[in-house]
Amino acid sequence: MEKNLIEVDIKVPNQTRYLSLIGRIGEDIAKEVDKYAGDRETLAYHLNLVLTEAMANAIKYARAGDPDTMVHIFINISPEEILIKVYDKGQGFDINTIPAPNFEKLEDRGRGIFIIRSLMDSVSYRKIRCGNVLEMSKKLKK
Amino acid sequence: MNLKTEEKNNIVVIFVKEERLDAHNSGELKVEMQRLFVEGKKNVLVDLYEVRFIDSSGLGALVSGFKNAISNQGNLKLSSLQPQVKSMFELTRLHRVFEIFPSAPDALENF
Repeated sequence: MEKNLIEVDIKVPNQTRYLSLIGRIGEDIAKEVDKYAGDRETLAYHLNLVLTEAMANAIKYARAGDPDTMVHIFINISPEEILIKVYDKGQGFDINTIPAPNFEKLEDRGRGIFIIRSLMDSVSYRKIRCGNVLEMSKKLKK
Repeated sequence: MNLKTEEKNNIVVIFVKEERLDAHNSGELKVEMQRLFVEGKKNVLVDLYEVRFIDSSGLGALVSGFKNAISNQGNLKLSSLQPQVKSMFELTRLHRVFEIFPSAPDALENF
């Protein structure tokens, strides 16, 4: 195995009470990134946030009325980048049709994907065989 | 959700006693703000001193409270934002919408 490669693979019930657990894992991972030149506290906050947003999104779009549905989260950290995949078994949505928030109009909702896009370098959401995957990555500053 | 509410000079102060304001608990804050405006309260201050983390749902709950205040001819202001929480308001441009004060006493002088 390549040096300093970390993989975290976790499944949690699709309930919002597990958001803080997933967020904390993101924060702890930021502390394990080797030789990170940027601000580590900010990286920790951002990983907590994108994981919270992605999981909340997966819960929202998960199959309604199925209490056994799990959210599957995969995190891979290499010296160059952090890659996060969040799987859901819901009907999904087209990420390209989600507009950026209208800052002049005060909406209660619609900032989650914008936040993820703002904090990560690449974001995609696509259908897979039994559901969907939200994939996002962030290059690590050296 | 742990909320502590105090009333001072006709201003209701909600102290959010949670480390996270997210999709799990922000609905309760939203309902509490709604309840206050329905009761006829006009001025509400939400103090976020203990909140270290806010997500889009937490921001959305505060936006909902703000809109509720406006439609009831009231005011909703914020105080004691931690740096990372403040950065989320800036990212989503909501710092231009809310009146934000460094502390609850500062905010109470400005209603």
